Amino acid sequence: MSPKTLYDKIWDAHLAHQAEDGTCLLYIDRHLVHEVTSPQAFEGLRMAGRKVHAPDKTIAVPDHNVPTTPGREDPANMTEDSAIQVAALDRNARDFGIHYYPVSDIRQGIVHIVGPEQGWTLPGMTVVCGDSHTATHGAFGALAHGIGTSEVEHVLATQTLIQRKAKNMKVEITGRLAPGVTAKDITLAVIGRTGTAGGTGHVIEYCGEAIRDLSMEGRMTVCNMAIEGGARAGLIAPDEKTFEYVKGRPHAPKGAQWEAALAWWKTLYTDDGAHFDKVVTIAAEDIEPVVTWGTSPEDVLPISARVPGPGDFTGGKVEAAKRSLEYMGLEPGTPLTDIKVDTVFIGSCTNGRIEDLRAVAEVVKGRKIAEGMRAMIVPGSGLVREQAEVEGLAEIFTEAGFEWRLAGCSMCLAMNPDQLAPGERCASTSNRNFEGRQGRGGRTHLMSPAMAAAAAITGRLTDVRELM
Amino acid sequence: MDKFEKLTGVAAPMPMINVDTDMIIPKQFLKTIKRSGLGKNLFDEMRFDDEGRERPDFVLNRPQYRNAEILVTGDNFGCGSSREHAPWALLDFGIRCIVAPGFADIFFNNCFKNGILPVVLPQAQVDMLMKDAEKGANARMTVDLDAQTITTSDGEVIGFEVDAFKKHCLLEGLDDIGLTLEKAAAIESFEARAAAERPWV
Ligand code: SF4
Repeated sequence: MSPKTLYDKIWDAHLAHQAEDGTCLLYIDRHLVHEVTSPQAFEGLRMAGRKVHAPDKTIAVPDHNVPTTPGREDPANMTEDSAIQVAALDRNARDFGIHYYPVSDIRQGIVHIVGPEQGWTLPGMTVVCGDSHTATHGAFGALAHGIGTSEVEHVLATQTLIQRKAKNMKVEITGRLAPGVTAKDITLAVIGRTGTAGGTGHVIEYCGEAIRDLSMEGRMTVCNMAIEGGARAGLIAPDEKTFEYVKGRPHAPKGAQWEAALAWWKTLYTDDGAHFDKVVTIAAEDIEPVVTWGTSPEDVLPISARVPGPGDFTGGKVEAAKRSLEYMGLEPGTPLTDIKVDTVFIGSCTNGRIEDLRAVAEVVKGRKIAEGMRAMIVPGSGLVREQAEVEGLAEIFTEAGFEWRLAGCSMCLAMNPDQLAPGERCASTSNRNFEGRQGRGGRTHLMSPAMAAAAAITGRLTDVRELM
Repeated sequence: MDKFEKLTGVAAPMPMINVDTDMIIPKQFLKTIKRSGLGKNLFDEMRFDDEGRERPDFVLNRPQYRNAEILVTGDNFGCGSSREHAPWALLDFGIRCIVAPGFADIFFNNCFKNGILPVVLPQAQVDMLMKDAEKGANARMTVDLDAQTITTSDGEVIGFEVDAFKKHCLLEGLDDIGLTLEKAAAIESFEARAAAERPWV
């Protein structure tokens, strides 16, 4: 048998049908559903008189458009359109008999945090969700990617997805990270290197010593942003850390099933000599804490750098850089550390887990946020929030001057009232710095939780290593 | 889904790279639970100023492009989120075909599911079509899916590639779910096999 990549193995194990022209039906093990991209899909099912094919493999949670302020169990405290979307999900979950975590449930949270937390996400699975950051689940060695609403409907009705196999891409991070450099810096540095279209048509497997050294949460951060590099999915081969993380979770296998699962999971790695269509290698030692300066996640620079000018680019990027600089209100040549920020957002499926909050607490403990700064921390799930309270982190945050919110996507996409005002500048741990992403006219700089914490304290983009 | 066979229409030039889904349809318009009605907010932040007035220099606000049905644009169009509201908004506005050197994967797929044809061409040919589109409302291009050609206003013909299955579905206006349900037996036998091999799933 010819050597296979991890992606090849998972693909082969889920191929339900292959047509002569190469079009495949890929079987889906877990389908995660949220309130924004699903209503039209359920409406489609109703109109055609169809059922959900595998309700026990379908998990719904409202997250994108829910308020993150107290009292939200009462729809009266939601904006009208949020209330409509949440009510539609409530009803669809009930009518179609799928698993559901409503806002009143402590397990509610961002769909990509809830899945792993509850043990829904397991190695070797296929996982989809109507959200492009489904790539997050790839940290478990699961083939996970975002789909559109038509595909949501297709998966609901058939538990399969029409697919063509993607190409294999390897991203290897050799060596060890320096202190103060995190998973977020790795994933941003990779996009900075490959560009936002570098992974288009590929599934990325991240490997190398620096990836192995990451915790499961760090690995989720890396895979989360595979989509920002253009890849539909990112993968990391499961290992002892993965099994350790999964063990004992509510929906993880138990007893004899656990043993059987483990035996299969241990076969999930890329064989020696397997073919990759594209390979990128980065030395961990070369990665510094980074931030984005522009309006594309590929606009990444080490915090020690200066704002670039259009002349630093070629091709279509010259115009794009001009536009970005204007939108971001930045002058070429300015040291990045001179850029003042108005707001700090810590949260999202990229960096809303407990380790992220611990990293923030480490920087802000005993300090206060800069004067006039608006800073908020939005935990990724109710359970993360609870854990942070148990560990005393919440107290550190509120004493430093942060707002301590309820779980949801919040200012990652700013569908709810958590938004930037035009021209407001934000240090954010989320994953997209697109124009208007965090509010019309809002200016986003992406970075790690520790770096965002540092910015909250000093009031400007800051090298966190100065505060360590 | 509407069929896509042959389209002759005005092409709007949008020479930008990395046009993302937040630009195509900002999230404040994702609050609907319907598919229709999004066209009026297509490219909202580029099309309207903070007071909601049209920005006269934005391509789709210029008189000659108001009825554009084809968009010629830069690389990596549709990057960002999986929101199908992006193709819904384009379709609702009247765009049925987008020509670019490259598209983001999820967006590319979403187009086909909504009767929009995304055409990938080498940069040089996109540049040529961009020039043609810049001529304005008389620059009507013809996109023929069956023949896999685009004919410029000057009668120049450019061929393009398209996945055979996707082409078939678009030409016939076929619903994916119906097609897949015809393979129910294959899905069931897969499920039986998987349940034996990986019972923990
Ligand atoms: S936190 Fe942001 S990226 Fe993650 S699921 Fe929510 S909106 Fe999407």
